[in-house]
Amino acid sequence: MTLIGAAHIPPHEGAPTLELLGFSKRFGTLAALDDVSVKVGAGAFHALLGENGAGKSTLVKCAMGYYAADQGQILLNGREVEITHPRQAHELGLGMVYQHFTLVPNMTVLENFVLSREKMPAVVDWASERQLLHDYFSTTPFAVPLDTPVADLAAGQKQKAEILRQLYLKRNLLILDEPTSVLTPDEADEVLSTLKKLTEAKQLTIVTITHKFREVNAFCDTVTVLRRGKLIGTRPTRELDNEIMAEMMIGRRENRVVVEREAHALGEPVLRIAGLSVADQVGQLAVEDLSLEIRAGEIVGVAGVSGNGQRELVETLAGQRHAEAGRILVHGEPYAATRAQMMRHKIACLPEEPLRNACVPEMSVAENMALRSFDQPPASPDGVRLERRPMREVARRLIETYRVKTPGPDAPIRALSGGNVQRAVLARELSSEGDLLIVANPCFGLDFAAVAEIRARIVQARNRGAAVLLVSEDLDEILQLSDRIVVMFDGKLALQTDAAHPDVGAIGRAMAGH
Amino acid sequence: MAESPLGIWSVPLAMLAGAIRVSTPFIFVSVGECLTERSGRINLGLEGTLVMGAMSAYGVALGTEWPWLGVLVAAGVGLLLGALHAGICQLPRVNDIATGIGLMLFATGLAFFLGKPFIQPKAPNLGAIELGWWSSIPQVRQALQVNWLFVLGIALAFALAWALRNTRWGLIVRLAGENIDAALAMGVSVGRVRLIATSIGGAFAGIGGAFLSLYYPGSWNEGLSSGQGLMAVALVIFARWDPVRCLWASLLFGAAGALSPALQSIGVTQGYYLFSAAPYVLTLALMVATCSPERSLRGAPGELGAVK
Repeated sequence: MTLIGAAHIPPHEGAPTLELLGFSKRFGTLAALDDVSVKVGAGAFHALLGENGAGKSTLVKCAMGYYAADQGQILLNGREVEITHPRQAHELGLGMVYQHFTLVPNMTVLENFVLSREKMPAVVDWASERQLLHDYFSTTPFAVPLDTPVADLAAGQKQKAEILRQLYLKRNLLILDEPTSVLTPDEADEVLSTLKKLTEAKQLTIVTITHKFREVNAFCDTVTVLRRGKLIGTRPTRELDNEIMAEMMIGRRENRVVVEREAHALGEPVLRIAGLSVADQVGQLAVEDLSLEIRAGEIVGVAGVSGNGQRELVETLAGQRHAEAGRILVHGEPYAATRAQMMRHKIACLPEEPLRNACVPEMSVAENMALRSFDQPPASPDGVRLERRPMREVARRLIETYRVKTPGPDAPIRALSGGNVQRAVLARELSSEGDLLIVANPCFGLDFAAVAEIRARIVQARNRGAAVLLVSEDLDEILQLSDRIVVMFDGKLALQTDAAHPDVGAIGRAMAGH
Repeated sequence: MAESPLGIWSVPLAMLAGAIRVSTPFIFVSVGECLTERSGRINLGLEGTLVMGAMSAYGVALGTEWPWLGVLVAAGVGLLLGALHAGICQLPRVNDIATGIGLMLFATGLAFFLGKPFIQPKAPNLGAIELGWWSSIPQVRQALQVNWLFVLGIALAFALAWALRNTRWGLIVRLAGENIDAALAMGVSVGRVRLIATSIGGAFAGIGGAFLSLYYPGSWNEGLSSGQGLMAVALVIFARWDPVRCLWASLLFGAAGALSPALQSIGVTQGYYLFSAAPYVLTLALMVATCSPERSLRGAPGELGAVK
């Protein structure tokens, strides 16, 4: 077999079956997996459902050899196999596609593909490699540009490239970890329906971890539900509906907080953005000539696929980035995101990745909760000295009110789980009863209970008259919470619509730039 | 200005000569550091490596009368210092910047200590290639005296650029520098790749040091390098991690370094020390102009700690 030529004509072995038997895995005292067995048929499109921390990722990472399971047996096509390293999994035809992209952003698609091959020649002949890959792409259901650096591809194309690379490497069992979380609904449908065809042709077996019931209903034939490391059940999709799936996942329903939005007249404009332009990390305009007004008592939802300027918009409002052009007015006064202005106008901000953007990870929960108020009484009687006791008392009260799970106010905030960091920051930001609340992806990666609670808090803030800017990649969240919806595409507002009667199709198309 | 037949033209000519002569250590250090940083590690110790290279090359040339053997030994010393840096950085919870500064001080101090006996005696120098044979003007002939190491440095810059783009080895170095997870998933030993890249980078810097003591200025003393190794590291950032751009930037810095003696040669003696600071001012100005807290540098290796 020559190194370059023969690798491109895959002798297809077809879709395998996969059985995971009796998997257990402990991290310290936590049982991440407890005797879980799953059987995946040949050519199945098998969904793995569960809340955060249910053990889905742990299970597939054990199967792929990233973790060593404490117990468990893997049968591939009925034969027992040993997988202790990802490379062994790859040799057996198992491949994984992650929520976050693994292609190297500073390299072109071509370089990435050649690099990932098992055997690479010492000196690469780019002309022939390009031709070979070009020919290969003519046999695949979709293609991506070869000479573009991956960093410049749109999210949907990146995910396609990830999947193409798995197919190129002749993997016939793919494990997808929330593969569509960064795609528009249309992009997600395109990718998933193509994969569906490959499974129907028995070329591919797919296990997908997902939170989206819509995709499960549309594409998956079997569903396995995990809850807190235990197997709840495996059933064909046709026997299930959303109610049953939700019940299997959560098991308890009483915790769902639903806050009614009060109907009330809108107040004065609180935030007014006029002609705002902001440059991104590499100096290109990420937000371009954007104008937006938010009035007291309304939630304006900014929908859009990530990377269309939302992050830069939020960073500008939070004071992490300066604007190239345009004006921001809060209560009619120019706003430059200084600490004094934030204090005076009572601006609260819950940015995405709060541990990175709104916390000092090594500092304690109490100190992090005091970041807005540590230089004012009671934490500081004169603006110079700090009083620990009142700081800790405030923190204790907030921890209780917002049900932050922490060993205590003195624990470093880094030690908290994602949902609890989110709760702690929300507690800090909402405790000042702000007039303007800026929220970005507040529920990303949180479980059902935490999501419901945090959304309820946001609606509460609106009900008491705060103006809320909600930036989210989760369209369901936008639809559920907003009074008015705008879509951001390529740094501009692509669509503005009343949330009472939203045209979801138009929103989806605007998100995709149509 | 009557003493020079070239008049005012002697300034650009002297700067060209300077660009050729002064830039050589910059080329070696920056191309070496470029390789190291593309593998995802920063080595600030190259200033120390440069000085150690200069000292050991001079010592060997003095003892054996073979200057080229001195160059070889300097490369070997640089290789060992690079490997030492890489080895320390592989230990858990070690910061490569702090390690680099530590090794810079260690290597400089060691070179001063071991180099005491070499300050007075005169070692044989590396020869030059006369590219100015066609001219009758002595200044031109002198300006176009080129050392083999300069030629080697240019070749290395282009060779590295080619290798990073077209060889398996180059792609793996870039992969280790861009994304550790992807590298590990492909079974690449990131530690070993960085060990090799840092060692080679150190060897390059050692050769740069040999040039300092054996060609220009061509003697050993403690003020020989005066921070050139550090400037070369800054230059890599300015060159956006591209070996060929490292070469051009080195020539620019060499020319800036030659500004002060060139002006002196036409009689402008005022502000000699001010013009001597030209390369340092240039470094600072470039850093201020190209770095921003809100922007990441385009082309920066993804795993490089200093630019994350």
